[in-house]
Amino acid sequence: MLTIKDLHAGVEDKEILKGINLEVKPGEVHAIMGPNGSGKSTLASVIAGKEDFEITKGSINFEGEDLEEVSPEERAHKGIFLSFQYPVEIPGVSVTNFMKTAINESRKARGMDDMPANEMLKLIREKSELLDIDRKFLSRSLNEGFSGGEKKRNEIFQMAMLEPKLAILDETDSGLDIDALRIVANGVNKLKSKDNAVIVITHYQRLLEYIIPDFVHVIHDGKIVKSGTKELALELEDKGYDWLKKETVA
Amino acid sequence: MDLKEKLVSSFMAFENYVDVEHPIHDIRTEAIKNFEAKGFPSKKEEAWKYTSLNSILKTDFSIFPKEENALEYHQVKKYFLHEIDTYKIVFIDGIYSSYLSETTHDGVDICLMSSALTKPMYKQVIDVYFNKAASREESLTTLNTAFSREGAYIYIPKNKAPKKPVEIIHFATGNEASLMLQPRNLIIVEENAELQVIERHQSLTHNPVLTNCVTEIFAAQSAIVDYYKVQNDSEDATLIDNTYIAQKDKSSVNVHTFSFGGKLTRNNLNFYQHGEHIESTLKGVTILGEKQHVDHHTLVHHTQPNCESHQDYKGIFGERSTGVFNGKIIVDKIAQKTNAFQQNNNVLISDQATINTKPQLEIFADDVKCSHGCTIGQLDEDALFYLQSRGIPRKEATALLMYAFANNVLESVRLPELKKRINKLIANKLGVRLGFDL
Ligand SMILES: Nc1ncnc2c1ncn2[C@@H]1O[C@H](COP(=O)(O)OP(=O)(O)OP(=O)(O)O)[C@@H](O)[C@H]1O
Ligand SMILES: [Mg+2]
Repeated sequence: MLTIKDLHAGVEDKEILKGINLEVKPGEVHAIMGPNGSGKSTLASVIAGKEDFEITKGSINFEGEDLEEVSPEERAHKGIFLSFQYPVEIPGVSVTNFMKTAINESRKARGMDDMPANEMLKLIREKSELLDIDRKFLSRSLNEGFSGGEKKRNEIFQMAMLEPKLAILDETDSGLDIDALRIVANGVNKLKSKDNAVIVITHYQRLLEYIIPDFVHVIHDGKIVKSGTKELALELEDKGYDWLKKETVA
Repeated sequence: MDLKEKLVSSFMAFENYVDVEHPIHDIRTEAIKNFEAKGFPSKKEEAWKYTSLNSILKTDFSIFPKEENALEYHQVKKYFLHEIDTYKIVFIDGIYSSYLSETTHDGVDICLMSSALTKPMYKQVIDVYFNKAASREESLTTLNTAFSREGAYIYIPKNKAPKKPVEIIHFATGNEASLMLQPRNLIIVEENAELQVIERHQSLTHNPVLTNCVTEIFAAQSAIVDYYKVQNDSEDATLIDNTYIAQKDKSSVNVHTFSFGGKLTRNNLNFYQHGEHIESTLKGVTILGEKQHVDHHTLVHHTQPNCESHQDYKGIFGERSTGVFNGKIIVDKIAQKTNAFQQNNNVLISDQATINTKPQLEIFADDVKCSHGCTIGQLDEDALFYLQSRGIPRKEATALLMYAFANNVLESVRLPELKKRINKLIANKLGVRLGFDL
């Protein structure tokens, strides 16, 4: 589904990603961990198509297509979804209107007509119930004044609405209380199937108890320095990253 | 002969059409003298530093249309707020069109300035109000005063509110190669009365039109006036709008100015508060492209204590368009507890677009709350990426952000159909289809 080969990316003269290799197959859950500033969010943004980062070497391939020339919106239309570590506040656009626009733009890109209003309402109701989101919340301006946890829950609501093939969750767990974490993880699991895949970026083992990864990767200084199974996450929780950093240097 | 000379020499011809015995003719005569002495404003004047009329004044405008022109309703229906029923005062090339209008004398007077200036029954009101708020110094206003003859006349007596909003529309047919129009409106809203007005100037061809309009609005105690200016004229139309508003105790006057069209638009919007607990609201959305120019000059003069004013102007400037915002607030020494708020936010979506924004505060009272702020920025790239990452194409995402940017100005529009219409105009102006109304 997603194949990243020797990916180097950065800003101006600063290289942030220094040779990432990653292969994600349908049905898989990958966890990405690693210390602050190691390049996790950069990787997520580059997959989603953020143009601030320049790709200097390597490639990203999604379902057999090189993404180099593909705009962020086209990536979304192809089924890539990024749950932002820091969702952007957009005053003046309600959550509902935002979702309607997003869904209808994706449909338009696929040559479909707008979703009928009643169908849209039904979908919104269904998905907001799944994530235990109050209806009043949906008429508020997107992310404006949302608490940290509300923003994250709203990201997963958007994911549930858009039903992506590949979801990248960038620290969706940070800021969530225990109950919210369970609701969000449950939401993600409900959407899981053998045809779609999830990349979970996290600092904590906690989320991975709910969304169980098939693989765990550790990024340090722009490179994947270790990959393993879910036990690796436990080991990291226990030992921190220092031993890995040393291992790399050595 | 340049336009100034042409105007001054036409004044005698104009006198053949009006009642020179009427007391207001003295006002006209006084006014033409003032204009003759001052002439058109030039860029040397501080108030006209960023707006030049020079190239426009080179056009040889007709001052009086040669013939009456007619329009069919279906030709111009789209310029009316036709979704709802309204009173209509419509002019074609400066001449009243009874065919397209719907006036009333049923408890309120929604009719013509020409009647008000000639019929004895209006004389008393005219004596009290005509030219009492408008400037006797400012040259373009005095030019309008000199030629004042036609326009809208609205009188809402105490405790009354018309059944429906009033539309004042001026069409230019293009039957004249180039035309100058000088409408003069007088609006009086008595104690505890209410009024909603939508004003439009619409040229139907690319022939140049220069409109120099003066509107006087008097809001008595506890009166409420909502005035909407929809400026979406053709790219060869120039509008100089001079609006003077005098308010008494507890009145509330709200003016929204939507500037999307035209070649050059100058809005001189002046509020004079003569009482306590007055509220004045000035809001504007300006969206320009090509080489369009819009200049908002606002003045709020607080002369009594305990009053408020709110100004909120948003501008979006593309291509080689230029904008000016100059917001003057005067708070007299006795006007304690004044609350004056002014905000002007701008987004430049092209490297070649420019905006000049300047607050001008003259505050002589010490116990006042005055806040002002102006910003000039680009669209937030992170916000654009966020929207794009959800499948919204960059162009639509840009439009959506601009909608959002202008949105809070539309919030205070109390006519839902107008709000919808403005939303559509914004969408058109931004060149996108949006699947919803904000
Ligand atoms: N636009 C940018 N310009 C300059 N430096 C950047 C930019 N974006 C990211 N960086 C730098 O790249 C490095 C990696 O950042 P990134 O956000 O990918 O880290 P992260 O692994 O997600 O960290 P965290 O765990 O704190 O979220 C950091 O040093 C960061 O400062
Ligand atoms: Mg990060």
